[in-house]
Amino acid sequence: MLRTKALRHTLFILLPVIAVAGLLPLAYSNQLLLFNFVVFLTLAQGVNILYGFTGYLPFGYVGFFGVGAYGFSLAVMHLHLPPLAALGAAALAAVLLGLVLTPLLRLSGAYFAIANLAASQAMFQVVSNPNLTDITKGPYGISLAGVFAPNLSYGVAVAILALTLGTVIYLRNSRFGLALLAVREDSVTAAMAGIDVVRTRTLAWQLSALVAGLIGGVFAWYVSVFYPETVFSPEFSIFAIVFALFGGVATITGPILGVVVLYGIYNAIGISTPQYFQLIYGALIMGLVLFLPNGVVSLFRRWGIDVP
Amino acid sequence: MSAELLAASGIEAGYGKVQVLWGAGLSVQDGETVVLLGANGAGKTSLLKVLMGLIPLWRGALQFAGLDMAHLRTDRRVRAGLAYMSEIGCFPGLTVEENIRIGGQFVASAELGRRMKELYDIFPAIAERRDTLASSLSGGQRKMLGIAKALAGRPKLLIMDEPSAGLSPRLVAEVIDVLGRLGGQGLSLLIAEQNVNFLSLADRVYTLDGGRIGFTGSVAEMHDNDALRRAYFGLK
Repeated sequence: MLRTKALRHTLFILLPVIAVAGLLPLAYSNQLLLFNFVVFLTLAQGVNILYGFTGYLPFGYVGFFGVGAYGFSLAVMHLHLPPLAALGAAALAAVLLGLVLTPLLRLSGAYFAIANLAASQAMFQVVSNPNLTDITKGPYGISLAGVFAPNLSYGVAVAILALTLGTVIYLRNSRFGLALLAVREDSVTAAMAGIDVVRTRTLAWQLSALVAGLIGGVFAWYVSVFYPETVFSPEFSIFAIVFALFGGVATITGPILGVVVLYGIYNAIGISTPQYFQLIYGALIMGLVLFLPNGVVSLFRRWGIDVP
Repeated sequence: MSAELLAASGIEAGYGKVQVLWGAGLSVQDGETVVLLGANGAGKTSLLKVLMGLIPLWRGALQFAGLDMAHLRTDRRVRAGLAYMSEIGCFPGLTVEENIRIGGQFVASAELGRRMKELYDIFPAIAERRDTLASSLSGGQRKMLGIAKALAGRPKLLIMDEPSAGLSPRLVAEVIDVLGRLGGQGLSLLIAEQNVNFLSLADRVYTLDGGRIGFTGSVAEMHDNDALRRAYFGLK
């Protein structure tokens, strides 16, 4: 039964999203905007993997994104790896950071969020340190003009989005995902159901880190010129969290809905008339917190429509 | 002669510097129903928590199905065949079916499917509500769900902490009825209670007082003991 559900979710959610993301550049010329959508779709699902399935709110989620971007760039600059291989370095960098930060999982609630935020800021300070200019180019930023390939990197970003959505579909329809939800609900009761609490949490943490690291690597490839404050901007964390929460976490469609609606509004009016945008955005988020703390998807569930 | 399933002896444990258990010990034979009787604060929950590895064992021996469990992690003990139902017992934020699936985490899917059918037959009230959140169940239904969840993994021994807590007398009778049937099917049970109605299930009784085991024996022997009769049955 779980398997048929997973198949249905793949056919009716993953494939359409990937088809739209993959084919839209043929009809719409602003590829950078579409690329940013793909980045946020991936990051919002990455937050979903962690927050939705374990309850840890990663305010420093951008840390994984940033080290992914730098892992990619350093591999290209110093090891002269081709971009696709350098993405492996991006993934490795994020997973290593995840490993180093694993002890943070001992904290809970706001303490975890703050410690995670501090960790991402620390990573930013390290890579932008002028004394490391020889290695990271310090505060002067990275330029990877040699590997610039917008169409290919866009395609790879869509592939990573597919991988991420696949992961969330797996979590939504597997014993492992259910074990995670049990741990999120009550870790002691979960252990009493035979679940290895530390292992399941750590795996989700690493999956979430991996996703952000990969998309961070592709981001570096796609833009190919950036500063440390670009890829460590707290806005990435905040946007990804707000998008995921808006739609509803621990669901597949929630974060997608959040990105399409909120990032859509942001791009439609946020850039032309930022004053209205902030008003509308603020009102939306307040309304959400007050009336739909479990996201828009929970509204459908309240009406009896089961939204995956 | 039935085999010894659980054997705990000389259990000493506590919280921080405060010692709560002072050399308590008990055993459960295969297929036996044992009731651990004690007032509030006697150390029942603490003893069960030691058995499950939820609080560390200071001193003493702990064996289950021939396995030394003294320092095994909780989830490993559960995988070895121990199941524990706390007073909460289920995950309110998940559906009935998800709760049972979590209980059967480490059972093969085909087997779990069969098991779920059996459990829904035993607990028809929760079968009707399999897709609703556990938080929407009544207290009695939640208790039944907790038992179903604990049984999904086909445990050898089900340990229960005050199954009567928060239930009306009618529901207590229902729980006793279900446990009686499960015991009849060969499941071993260890039930910590202060409600003496559960003694009707017991093959053997332990009384726990001040972190020490007082009396061990059958219900009939307990009735013959004047001091115990006064303390637990309120009879002269």
